[in-house]
Amino acid sequence: MAGGLTYTAAESTAFSTAEIYGKALCELGEKHPEVVALTADLGKSTKIGMFGEKFPERFFNVGIAEQNMFGVAAGMAKAGLVPFLSTFSVFASLRSADQLHTDICYQNINAKVIATHAGTSFGQAGSTHHAICDLAVCRSIPNLTVICPADGLETYNAVHAAYDNFGPYYIRINRGFDRVLYDSSDYGFEVGKAVTINEGSDITVIACGSCVFQAYQAAKFLETNDGLKVRVLNMHTIKPIDKEAIIKAVMDTRRIITVEDHNVIGGLGSAVAEVIVEAGKGCAFKQLGIPDKFAPIGLHEDIMSALGIDQNGIIDAVREVMGKDFELDDDWDDEA
Amino acid sequence: MALTKQEWLALEEKAYELRQLCLNTTYWAGSAHIGGGMSVMDMLAILYYKYMNYKVEDPQWEDRDRFILSKGHAGVALASLVCHVGFDDKEKLKTFNLSNSTMGIHLDSNKVKGVDASTGSLGHGLPIALGTALAARVLGKDYKTFCIMGDGELDEGSNWEAAMAAAHFKADNLISFVDRNKCMIDGRTEDVMALEPLADKWAAFGFIVKVVDGHNFNELAEAIDFALENKSGKPVMIIADTIKGEGVDFMEDNFMWHYGAINEEKYELAKASLEKHYAKRVARAEKEGI
Repeated sequence: MAGGLTYTAAESTAFSTAEIYGKALCELGEKHPEVVALTADLGKSTKIGMFGEKFPERFFNVGIAEQNMFGVAAGMAKAGLVPFLSTFSVFASLRSADQLHTDICYQNINAKVIATHAGTSFGQAGSTHHAICDLAVCRSIPNLTVICPADGLETYNAVHAAYDNFGPYYIRINRGFDRVLYDSSDYGFEVGKAVTINEGSDITVIACGSCVFQAYQAAKFLETNDGLKVRVLNMHTIKPIDKEAIIKAVMDTRRIITVEDHNVIGGLGSAVAEVIVEAGKGCAFKQLGIPDKFAPIGLHEDIMSALGIDQNGIIDAVREVMGKDFELDDDWDDEA
Repeated sequence: MALTKQEWLALEEKAYELRQLCLNTTYWAGSAHIGGGMSVMDMLAILYYKYMNYKVEDPQWEDRDRFILSKGHAGVALASLVCHVGFDDKEKLKTFNLSNSTMGIHLDSNKVKGVDASTGSLGHGLPIALGTALAARVLGKDYKTFCIMGDGELDEGSNWEAAMAAAHFKADNLISFVDRNKCMIDGRTEDVMALEPLADKWAAFGFIVKVVDGHNFNELAEAIDFALENKSGKPVMIIADTIKGEGVDFMEDNFMWHYGAINEEKYELAKASLEKHYAKRVARAEKEGI
């Protein structure tokens, strides 16, 4: 548990998610001389440049050359350094996918990719800058831990956890300001363990990234207006996924909705579905996300609304799934 | 500095043994990337038997010089080399390419002792080597990083990204080679995708370029000595003019031998050819060596 930052909710809204990443990385740089930082001409946008200002001799801007950046980082990690690399998620996962796959993950080295502008968070930039398949790509590369934090303070915890644990990490964070979910970093963040944001027994919404806050808002609304108890799980770690929390949610609520700012193919929803199907536990299931098409252009919140991955979309989905005639099967083995 | 005749002859002997081992390994495996293995072999021999600092009993020694074979398909040559220098038992080469072997076509740095990077996907070696060289600077170490690229793989853009960065970061502790055997899978480099003027390209990217005969130890030594002394802030690129399949007459300069199968008949012919090749090389060292 990292627990260094203890901003209040009001204070943490003063920083974008990436700025909190930058602060966390500077803390690591202060304590650990083997931490180095690399970017591909996105020092300012990703905030990794904050590290560069403090530790110029350990900061490498390779220019607009992501493939080289990943290879250079691999060489550095092999030599004993701990490189943090930052570029936009779409480039980190696709432009340099071969280097991520081979140089970083196949060699299983201690490099940390902090990929910003995740999902549709750079909405107006359009699909060239939306990362809608990074989770799918990264989830299928062996050795890679994949994290999608819900807000700035969770990003802080994830960045520290990445340093604390050996091996390749891919952490995707949003551009700009995230809605604040946590008012302190001390909530028990642990890689691979979902966080229960709201207790509930009627249905479970499993979300990651910016969708967690939306799910929480939806749960509060549905409790007040529909009398529903909606469990909300913040599944910040996409790989390794928290199978136990998923199976428990199935057994307890038997209705599951997943929400993510990513293509419905290959991301959080797919990962959750795999766990449920393998466990042999049928349940009502609905995936919210980008429906295998390129997302529209717009503000992030407008895109989330258009895709139905915001509060209103989640409320509609919960009502739909609750309204389904779902038969409970008494033969279930509840000890699973 | 020129090699002494004695040094030159000693390297010829090592290179002959390495070529024999590479041929044997290919024969045991049934097939391998023998053409490019033979073209790169003299560079491997001189690096590991004259220049590089390493400890076979401690492959991860942190002050060792690093070597990255960017043309990872020449794993049959590198496997022969790491066994020959003693990182592993030569007997292990009999498992090369077989199911469940630790030695596949492209060597895995987590499985094969003495291998500093897992390569195979082309265009990856120079970036990794650059990172290794830059790490020395951060760590305050004076190890050198050597990287050998194939010429065909220079089609990959990532090499030129790394080239630009190596010059930008003034990585003069990075010493790179191109194994310029002029062949790639589908044909000759100049037919598939022209590389020339190659030396001018590297020079334009900010490298000091040395063009040498990649099968002449004296020329290689002079270029490497220069690179080791180089403190100009510019990285050095040694373009080694080589012959694919060097030493095996029926393979020489033939792109069809990028990857090839060796049966008993071919094995015997190749063995005899290597013997003749060694005699020629010894005669040259005797004549030109000082």
